[in-house]
Amino acid sequence: MKRISGSIALIAALMSFQHLPKKTGPTKSGKSTVLITESIERGKIIYLQKCLSCHQVDGGGVPHLNAPLDGASAVVGNDKAKIIRIVLNGMTDRVEIDGEYYSNNMAPHKDLTNRQIADVLTYVRNSWTNKASAVTAAEVKAVRAKNK
Amino acid sequence: MQKYFCFLSLLLLVAGIGTTPVTKASDSLKVISTAGIRAEEENAGLKLPPGFVALKVAENVGRARHIAVTAQGDIYVKLMGRVAEGKGILRLRDTNGDGKAEEITGLGNYGGTGLVINNGYLYASSDAEVFRYQLNDKGEVINPSQPEKIITGLINRRQHESKSVTLDKLGNIYVNIGAFSNSCQEQDRTPGSKGRMPCPVLDSAGGIWQFRADKLNQTYGDGIRYATGLRNVVGLDWNNQSDQLYVMQHGRDDLHRLFPDVYSEQDNAEIPAETMYALNKGDDAGWPYIYYDPAQHKKILAPEYGGDGKKEAGKDAIDPAVVFPAHLAPNALLFYTGDQFPAKYKNGAFVAFHGSWNRAPLPQEGYSVAFVPFENGKPTGKWEIFADGFSGLEVVTGTRGAQHRPSGLAQGPDGSLYVSDDQKGTIYRIIYKGK
Ligand code: HEC
Repeated sequence: MKRISGSIALIAALMSFQHLPKKTGPTKSGKSTVLITESIERGKIIYLQKCLSCHQVDGGGVPHLNAPLDGASAVVGNDKAKIIRIVLNGMTDRVEIDGEYYSNNMAPHKDLTNRQIADVLTYVRNSWTNKASAVTAAEVKAVRAKNK
Repeated sequence: MQKYFCFLSLLLLVAGIGTTPVTKASDSLKVISTAGIRAEEENAGLKLPPGFVALKVAENVGRARHIAVTAQGDIYVKLMGRVAEGKGILRLRDTNGDGKAEEITGLGNYGGTGLVINNGYLYASSDAEVFRYQLNDKGEVINPSQPEKIITGLINRRQHESKSVTLDKLGNIYVNIGAFSNSCQEQDRTPGSKGRMPCPVLDSAGGIWQFRADKLNQTYGDGIRYATGLRNVVGLDWNNQSDQLYVMQHGRDDLHRLFPDVYSEQDNAEIPAETMYALNKGDDAGWPYIYYDPAQHKKILAPEYGGDGKKEAGKDAIDPAVVFPAHLAPNALLFYTGDQFPAKYKNGAFVAFHGSWNRAPLPQEGYSVAFVPFENGKPTGKWEIFADGFSGLEVVTGTRGAQHRPSGLAQGPDGSLYVSDDQKGTIYRIIYKGK
């Protein structure tokens, strides 16, 4: 309950920020910390609905079937466009991921908004043992524009 | 108290199964072929019915899928995925009678799942082909580098790629070709996407194909589609009493994620059933148009085809012979014909459950071996858990956490039951030592 009222306060705070000119990346300022915390909270809700079934509660995936997100080099890496494209288009590449292959099909998620994709990726980049910078809606927008 | 009990049983085990005076029934002695075998402390982590013990024959052998044991007691193990040169199939040999495999040799350059011994041949599959190797009278492969390729060109599109095999008494081999799809949606595994009508996957997959065991280079045109509407079968076995093929289907995934308006998370964890079918030539088990609801005991129209969780369908589809909880992932089926286990197990079915992932966010289940009593080739009673504890966890919240995942079953010449694990590569042996 406390968490929820906290979230409402954060959402209100965030709404006011959204009128400010968009920053392209996180800074060390207090404002962007609030933004990231809020983005993670919202991203978690998307994760539970859209990703958890395959990638699991612990982000560990399913051996040889669904790739793990926890500890995955691409997930916490600097090439954010790559993971944005994966969420948009899904993934059925059967390429080696950190030394393993996975046999399931990941569905595309083009119906998610730029904000939602930014939130869910910010969540997975900052959950379990992962720690990485936020993904912004502007970054998703740019990738979506160039997407086939 | 429990600790004391464990210590006591450990003492008895160390004393040797064949020599302990506490093992009272003399007929329980005769079934243990080798008195030198030691069961392990706490039965290698397995929970078993009273009177059963277990040991690890081998550990860390790789992704151990289906297994078979020769008349001499050697164990052949099919490894999945990328395999080292000449190590697609392992032969495990206990050279000193202690129950552990001291000598491990290999053959074959392909990963896969299927492996069975029948009538002097070892049959093994990659994810697209089936090979066979002649065995000598010691159960050894005569020509390891020159198998006969009997089946080729089978569909392998990542998903449900295992080609499991079994044989009947007439020289036919049965191969599972799993559907490269969850529920034949226009866009696989995508929320709200409709089912394709008719489902084109069924032309080349989603069923069991029958071929000749002794003909080379057969492909789709040479075989017949023996049964259809089976999403993915990994465990299958021929029942010699009813002279019939039995299969275990992996039921469809993600009812909640794909159709959240119709199914809750709880529904998703419990629907659909994992199903055992007794098949006759020409049977249709109904995938993708229906699934079996274990609570309603009905075939229900799939939501991709207009279902609402209640509408029945599949009038022409066969009913399951045995119904298990959802998502447990049955990876092996074995009819037990040995004399070592108590009478109730004779001719009954063991099923190895790989363990679930699609029950999330509810805890995952399975990671066990179940038993179903049979008489005259028909199931006669409720299924029960036979061996449990493979996961090594009280509660499995994420599938990655499970330590061991049962994937293959085999019966030894003395009636021991062997279980393979494709997570850590452990081969277990379960022995009945008597009350
Ligand atoms: C139907 C199962 C499924 C769902 C649902 C799913 N994924 Fe995936 N995901 C996979 C599979 C399988 C792979 C690996 C695919 C491959 O190897 O071709 C993967 C790969 C990924 C990768 C790349 C991992 C790496 O290390 O390269 C990311 C990032 C990812 N998924 C994020 C997500 C997010 C975020 C969601 C929810 C919006 C999601 N996935 C939903 C199955 C799924």
